[in-house]
Amino acid sequence: MPREMPRVIRRRSDVWTAALLLGPALAGFAVFYVSPTLRGAYYATTDFTLLNEPAFVGADNFRALLADEQVWTSLRITAVFAVANLVLMLVLALGLAALMQRLRLRTWVRSLLLLPWLVPNVAIALIWGWLLDANVGYLKNLLDAVGITGVTFFNPDAALWIVVVISVWSGLGYTALLLYAGMLQVPAELYEAGALDGAGETRMFFRLTLPLIRPVLALVLVVSLIGSFQVFDLVQVGYGNNPIPEVRVIYYYIYQQAFSFYKMGYASAVAVLLVVLLGALTYVQLRLMRADRSDLA
Amino acid sequence: MSRPVRPGRVVAWLAVGVAVLVTVFPFYWMVRTALTPAGALVQDATLLWPSDPTLINFRRVLGLTTVEEAVAAGGTGAAIDFVRYTANSLLYAGSVAVVQTLSCAAAAYAFARLRFPGRDALFGVVLAGLMVPGIFTLLPNFALLREAGLLNTMVGLVAPAILTSPFTIFFLRQFFLSLPREVEEAAMLDGVGSLGRFWRIALPMSRGPLATMALITLVGMWKDYLWPLVAGNSEATRVLTVALGVFQQQSPNTAPDWTGLMAGSTLSVLPVLVLLVLLGRQLVESLNFSGGK
Repeated sequence: MPREMPRVIRRRSDVWTAALLLGPALAGFAVFYVSPTLRGAYYATTDFTLLNEPAFVGADNFRALLADEQVWTSLRITAVFAVANLVLMLVLALGLAALMQRLRLRTWVRSLLLLPWLVPNVAIALIWGWLLDANVGYLKNLLDAVGITGVTFFNPDAALWIVVVISVWSGLGYTALLLYAGMLQVPAELYEAGALDGAGETRMFFRLTLPLIRPVLALVLVVSLIGSFQVFDLVQVGYGNNPIPEVRVIYYYIYQQAFSFYKMGYASAVAVLLVVLLGALTYVQLRLMRADRSDLA
Repeated sequence: MSRPVRPGRVVAWLAVGVAVLVTVFPFYWMVRTALTPAGALVQDATLLWPSDPTLINFRRVLGLTTVEEAVAAGGTGAAIDFVRYTANSLLYAGSVAVVQTLSCAAAAYAFARLRFPGRDALFGVVLAGLMVPGIFTLLPNFALLREAGLLNTMVGLVAPAILTSPFTIFFLRQFFLSLPREVEEAAMLDGVGSLGRFWRIALPMSRGPLATMALITLVGMWKDYLWPLVAGNSEATRVLTVALGVFQQQSPNTAPDWTGLMAGSTLSVLPVLVLLVLLGRQLVESLNFSGGK
């Protein structure tokens, strides 16, 4: 509700102050966001290799990428990762958030659950690579002992799922805390009323909590999906600079084209494809979730 | 306490216990391994505490041992100087966190409170910046810094992030919008200009959210890997995450230097652990704040 200000005060425009306050941030935005976005789109239509003057090649890069098996393979791997990551993360994080809310977990327990989110993915990749080491990995031995074999870090059949599990493990506490924040907005009286009506915790979770936190849920879904498509550190460090084919995600492919083969033009074209895909996915998600409206209002 | 214990609650608390254990154990195992002599790695593989704990792995990744000692303790003998990498990480993350928060606070205040033509359209453009995946701008930014001769310099490393983050601007704008207008209006009637209202009123009233934003940025930059990998992989500007990756790649594939790697990883976890102990409450509360619209 923007309240009208008294007329005397309103007449002055703040153009100069605005220019001063916006200056630094907008300068950074122009140089490192707007300009590279335009340059990236331009590179995508050139044969730029970092070492040459970029020459215009029209849609050649895009024609090449349509025919490039590896682009589609890495996109498929990334999509499988993203969906598995999203579903597993959401189910577990919703459960954990509900536990935080209904058991009123203390702050120190909640902050403990946040620990993996604070740690660089690089360290996380190393820690799990060691836990699942084929020879003396502690977790690998533990799993062997209960009859679950083959869960070693470099096992091609398991690798992508291992990356999913690691990724869920590292983001779970953070995601749960975001959802928990949404749950705090649900009035306690609703639960009291529900309990009086004889509804159990499970029923209240599905009938009350879930519908009422939809805006936060939508936000978390969109952010997680975009984040999942950008998985890189876990793969590049965990599996080294030449990872096994099963975990070559799209970010790795772009990175390799640009920085191992210096095909900047081609890498930019693949990045354009990624931008378009992510934009479309986000749009669809937001529409499906009706993110702007909560049933609480 | 007099209420009867329901089985559902027991299961719920058990689930919490499992979640905490699963969260913490990998870190415990990291520290345990870092304290194990490389020679005892296989023999101690199933022990929860090393039979002969040692600090040698920390000493060698910090460059405090001779090459011979390091090789004897399981290293490759390649120079590793985690003191420098940690200092680089602190400089990288710290400078961006402080400067970016201030610069974005100024912009956010302008978007929230000042009147100027094109304000909402401009804000829309900044928001659109949120939708562009990092790698798309990373490639041209790399080319730009290369042309400018700023690769492998701290200035070049911090340049893309130090002034702007669309997310930070968005978040702080939301906060400024939620501040009561009355205080600023009173100041306005007293003849305080718009700059003074930002600097002397809005900023001091926003210490909490500013600290939160700086903290979130600090953590993000501390974890950052891809950009410092491509733009600052020289010894002088190498940050901790990149150093860990390089360390891993130098270590032989067949028998990785796990004790050294875990010592290095522990060093990358230690500062955030301190942060969590000191500021855990604020961090957790602030996520409540940023998540709950």
